[in-house]
Amino acid sequence: MIYLQLMWSFIQIGLFSFGGGYAALPLIQKQVVEIHNWLTLQEFADVVTISQMTPGPIAINAASFVGTKVAGLGGSLIATFGNVLPSLCIVLFLAWIYFRFRTLRAMQGALTGLRPAVVALIASAGLSILFVALFGSETLPGTIAQLKPYPILMAVAGFIIMRLVKPNPILMILGLGALTVVLSLVGIPV
Amino acid sequence: MDDFKDISRKKLLWTLFHSTFTLSAFTFGGGYVIVPLMRKMFVDRYHWIEEQEMLDLIAIAQAAPGPMAVNTSILVGYKIAGIPGALITLLGTVLPPLIILTAFSYIYEAIKDNVIIKTLFYGMNIGVAVVILDAVSTLALTLLKQKKVWPILVMIAAFIATYMMEVDIVIIIVCCAVLGVSLTLIADALAKRKATGTGTSGERRHPQ
Repeated sequence: MIYLQLMWSFIQIGLFSFGGGYAALPLIQKQVVEIHNWLTLQEFADVVTISQMTPGPIAINAASFVGTKVAGLGGSLIATFGNVLPSLCIVLFLAWIYFRFRTLRAMQGALTGLRPAVVALIASAGLSILFVALFGSETLPGTIAQLKPYPILMAVAGFIIMRLVKPNPILMILGLGALTVVLSLVGIPV
Repeated sequence: MDDFKDISRKKLLWTLFHSTFTLSAFTFGGGYVIVPLMRKMFVDRYHWIEEQEMLDLIAIAQAAPGPMAVNTSILVGYKIAGIPGALITLLGTVLPPLIILTAFSYIYEAIKDNVIIKTLFYGMNIGVAVVILDAVSTLALTLLKQKKVWPILVMIAAFIATYMMEVDIVIIIVCCAVLGVSLTLIADALAKRKATGTGTSGERRHPQ
């Protein structure tokens, strides 16, 4: 039963993540965190972090991680298989249409509508990861006292550096991780 | 697939497997990094796919749902060796992350409560959020610079729907896809009518 649930969840993630890159993020969050509670939001943020530092698409990484956590190696295989199944069917179908008719007009049209929406969906998922990293909850904290100055400073400075200097994202992620460990070791509240 | 008769089928499939496996195992940074590398390998190095055809395959990979690296590898495998080729390249692309994250999942359970690891992940999570928001800003700025009203409206509406009203993501995606298809096909029909009126007909690949 758990295998079927895993497979069906990741089929949906595979089926509706258009636009590449982070497009799968909000769908994974919905299926894995909100509907099934297979991961806490904190664990989800950790998986995204690991995904950024290891090769492979986020959706495959999430499928393997969540599958293993929920149902061991079998779960990992089932979830990953479910995740690529829609891709396999749809891509082969589109390839068949393409080699036959040499046009993908309707599909391109769908993408023009999807692109702006996907930007918004990723922004929303990015904000929940930021807020859970900074405040331990998905939304802004209720009082000013709950705001922690150093992490907020790091996020703002990190964002400005990303925009202006454009370093390798892995360096940015490892850098902020190392900085946090150093700060906490010397006793600065992070 | 007649072009590949000079090397044995077994060897062809093996080459497909180990080239996609290596690309997937050692390429960091997602679809936008790995896809150009695939082009380099299969167009420039092996000459198995024509340049123009590769660009079309990448367009199909982008149009379909799912990770771009996975979609592109399926298409490359299919083009070179049919359905078995597609399955082989899919396996080659999926195996490295599958192995790494399965192993990490076991390790994670053991180390997640360690204080140093916790602090490290806490800082790295901030880094990931920063990286994602940076990517989102670039995407949003690109949209804004095009100065077309309806994509910007769709973006704002989708954000309000998902973030403030908690509308189901799938509903948002389906609505926007239907909207995009309708607008594109209407624009095509109008352009066609205009073109037949003036006697010129040019094939336009990209929607306005």
